[in-house]
Amino acid sequence: MIQGKGLSHSELSEVARRMRRHILKMTHKAKGGHPGGCLSATDLLDVLYMNVLRVDPQNPHWDKRDFFFLSKGHAAPALYAALCERGFFPEEELLTFREAESRLPAYPSCESTPGVDMASGSLGQGLSIANGAALAAKLKGSDQRAFVMLGDGELHEGQVWEAMLTAAHYHLDNVCAIVDYNKLQLDGRLDEVKSLGDLPGKWKAFGWNVLEIDGHDFPQIEKAFAQAQAVKTQPSVIIAHTIKGKGVSFMEDQVDWHAAAPSDAELKIALEELK
Amino acid sequence: MTKIAPRQAYGEELVRLGQENPDIVVLDADVAKASMTYLFKEKFPERFFDLGISESDIVGTGAGFAVAGKIPFINAYANFLLGNGWEQIHISIAYANQNVKIVGHNIGASSGKDGPTHLPFEDIALMRVLPGIMIVEPADAIEMRKAVRAAVQHQGPVYLRVGRLPTPLVTCEEDPFELGKARILREGQDATIIATGAMVAKGLEAAENLASLGISAEVINLHTIKPLDKTTLLRSVRKTGAVVTAEEHTILGGMGSAVAELLVEEYPVPLQRVGVKDRFAVCAPYDELHDVLGLTAETIVKSVQDVICKKRQ
Repeated sequence: MIQGKGLSHSELSEVARRMRRHILKMTHKAKGGHPGGCLSATDLLDVLYMNVLRVDPQNPHWDKRDFFFLSKGHAAPALYAALCERGFFPEEELLTFREAESRLPAYPSCESTPGVDMASGSLGQGLSIANGAALAAKLKGSDQRAFVMLGDGELHEGQVWEAMLTAAHYHLDNVCAIVDYNKLQLDGRLDEVKSLGDLPGKWKAFGWNVLEIDGHDFPQIEKAFAQAQAVKTQPSVIIAHTIKGKGVSFMEDQVDWHAAAPSDAELKIALEELK
Repeated sequence: MTKIAPRQAYGEELVRLGQENPDIVVLDADVAKASMTYLFKEKFPERFFDLGISESDIVGTGAGFAVAGKIPFINAYANFLLGNGWEQIHISIAYANQNVKIVGHNIGASSGKDGPTHLPFEDIALMRVLPGIMIVEPADAIEMRKAVRAAVQHQGPVYLRVGRLPTPLVTCEEDPFELGKARILREGQDATIIATGAMVAKGLEAAENLASLGISAEVINLHTIKPLDKTTLLRSVRKTGAVVTAEEHTILGGMGSAVAELLVEEYPVPLQRVGVKDRFAVCAPYDELHDVLGLTAETIVKSVQDVICKKRQ
């Protein structure tokens, strides 16, 4: 299937539940990864991959595909869970995450994984890449779109702000950035490490169409993607307020789950909650 | 001797290639006049993108064009492009194996009077450590045209070093050119001079001066610094048993280091590297700065005499 699947909200909810289980099992088996920032991004990636992106799992390099770049590369398990649910590879493969011969490395690699168009993990680079792909699409006269997901802590990187200027200057209305605004980062609360201040105001001042939503509310997420697509001459950013560790009671809003794998006992409790 | 600026040849050839291949796009970081990509901009404005003074962003944007199937040439002054953009080149181009042509301008002493902030003598070293990137520094404007054309044919990332000032023509239109294949410009028996870029002309001048002293030097134009043409280099060194390298770059980590690493593992012989000796430059015109830094035919002559001397001990 090439177009989005057009899932209902209850179907999306079921996919999100399975994605969260995939994420927990992958990080548990690999004894590593970043479950907190995967679980915050899950609902957004769910809607994007099931109902928005025009991609062909049978032909990942299809020349009319929409592009998605996971700039916050540490959420790779969430991306792999979405790609798996969209049909890019079988579920069994998920448990090879982080193994030496696996097609699913710790951070995304376009050389390894079907459906992944760029390497990431070194923060700050994804928006520039989305801009390049979007400019190329416009040059070809194609209606392809470029999506990119950024972490909130990632916005400390200067390159993001260079790329924000570029997207606005070239009127890249086929670029849609998504900020997973979970307000926690490796060293602690984002506001304590380095505050982003008036984040929507900053994007607006840089010339972007700003959509601020609850990143776990399917109707709001779907509406935001539709509004982003409808706006012309301006790039759009969806600032999605999310909860780090969303869906697992003991992980929610806990900085310690930024980069930590669940133990056997923790996995059992978490899977029980996501039954 | 006729002199032409390599950047002139680069800018003109890019226009020809743009005519032939609609997939070529050119990105510049606010130096289009200096890089001469303005020629492409005039001819194909829809395929030219000025990213402003944003070297990290230009690397990522170029990589994005490549993801979407275009052949991007990204242009900036070499030190700013590779200094600011190194991590982006590392991940978004090298690790991601994207077909981006990275073009570093004003290399070496090209803009000598601007001084150390504007003089890239470290760029080869920065690129050499990244797997999969081809590094090319043509000997003159004629070879530059062939190199730009070959870079488009090559599927994968290429780093092209482009000089600003007119340099002597040392190759001919009919000379063959193949990326990765070093060319012997003058045969000799006593020592091998391996040079790249503008130092090739000085290597030839040195060989001429050495001949008058009764020393026969072979001169190799090593236009492709990575991957090294091991076959041609080793064949020559097995014959001569002594080597001098010459480059407009620091002796640390550049072409001379690459040759030294090859030889120390495969066929150790006396070797000296002519280049910038782990120091910062000064503000001086091109020729004067070359004198200050020892990037001269005289230094090459002296170095050849030294390595031959060591060979005989």
